[in-house]
Amino acid sequence: MSPHEAPLALLAELTHRCPLRCPYCSNPTSLTRPGEELDTATWARVFREAAALGCLQVHLSGGEPTARRDIAEITRAASEAGLYTNLITAGVLLNEAKLGALAAAGLDHVQLSVQDAEPGSADRIGGYAGGHARKLRVARLVHAAGLPLTLNAVVHRQNLDRLPALIALALELGAGRLEVAHVQYYGWALRNRDALLPTRAQLEAATATVEAARRDLKGRLVIDYVVPDYHAKRPKACMGGWGRRFLAVSPSGKALPCHAAESLPGFAFPNVRETSLREAWEGSEAFNRFRGTGWMSAPCQGCERAELDWGGCRCQAFALTGDAAATDPACALSPRHGLLALAVEAAAGGGEDFIWREPQRAGG
Amino acid sequence: MLTAASVPRLARGMRLREDKTRGRWVVMAPERMFIPDETALEVLRLVDGVRSLEAIAEILATRFAAPREEILADTLAMLDELAGKGVIAS
Ligand code: SF4
Ligand code: SF4
Repeated sequence: MSPHEAPLALLAELTHRCPLRCPYCSNPTSLTRPGEELDTATWARVFREAAALGCLQVHLSGGEPTARRDIAEITRAASEAGLYTNLITAGVLLNEAKLGALAAAGLDHVQLSVQDAEPGSADRIGGYAGGHARKLRVARLVHAAGLPLTLNAVVHRQNLDRLPALIALALELGAGRLEVAHVQYYGWALRNRDALLPTRAQLEAATATVEAARRDLKGRLVIDYVVPDYHAKRPKACMGGWGRRFLAVSPSGKALPCHAAESLPGFAFPNVRETSLREAWEGSEAFNRFRGTGWMSAPCQGCERAELDWGGCRCQAFALTGDAAATDPACALSPRHGLLALAVEAAAGGGEDFIWREPQRAGG
Repeated sequence: MLTAASVPRLARGMRLREDKTRGRWVVMAPERMFIPDETALEVLRLVDGVRSLEAIAEILATRFAAPREEILADTLAMLDELAGKGVIAS
């Protein structure tokens, strides 16, 4: 055994290009230009290295991964490397021919995002007119191509009340799985927090809806749902712990312990153009900095949950306290836990206006 | 509910793969993974969407020189459980 556990999954962020402009987009607020993106051959090498390192699955993501003209070749390379391939897409660029090419390239699964169940609201949130209708067409094409479909709904104050309709939509589209993901507040989403944070009452209704649907739809639809940090008492084991299960590679080739880690200051992330994935995973300072429990201070140090939640999310700790090594304020034991309640209160008086993810510059 | 005549197959999106790094086999699913024990693995390797459950039990009974009825009951119970988890369809 090597001193480190082997990662299980790779998030391949193929591009930051995307025709949508979601105000909670998890891409960094400074986006990589297309000219800086890794080429097909480099991605193919990264996939082989990931498989050799122990990864079983790759999430082909972005931005919008199908904005890349070589998406079918990339998918084939991942599949040939022996990885289970999951395409995380907003769908609007897909058509029957492209889906056929992806299926032929060995794609295992499609995860399609919707912004809401109500078309007008969905198009407003995504900042893309007509997007919702296209997504519904694409979902049917995915099903017809014989590919398994997960519907992904990012939820927040402005769409959470339509959770029952989102569940119905997942069933109608033949999805086997529905992922209900609460917005995570860093990057774009942090800028829009007052317009997005759900109320306690909304959350309780949503949790009850999910519990009832899970019972009623057992064997028909799997629903993934986690209570969001801002209303929780303990943080989540973000990424299953820093450098334990998961790694991401950014469009420009940075190897990251988490897709949002680029927002953390004082890091030199290894780049796959110069470094093998194994060196990045095992030897880099960036991956080792928050690995295990040695880096922790009070109240995490010595806490019985230290190896369960690994102190929570580093990006959230940094975004809220300015210290990436602090206990995640989502934990009630954090001296800064009060910040979350304050944010919920502030958001209750917030409006509905968004700062959308910036539109693409010309040619980018 | 599966019966002896059912023809089980891996559900859409499920793939049985060798995980060489960790010296085991896994059933891969999006965001999920099942790690079959030795017995389940023997059964899953025979699940091909063509053989009936009865035929699978027959092969296993011969392979392990065990009573057919018993193996059939065990296989049925195991695949039923996997069907409940969404791994198996028929
Ligand atoms: S969150 Fe929205 S804007 Fe960001 S990549 Fe996904 S679809 Fe595009
Ligand atoms: S103190 Fe740290 S380790 Fe303990 S529950 Fe809170 S975040 Fe987790």
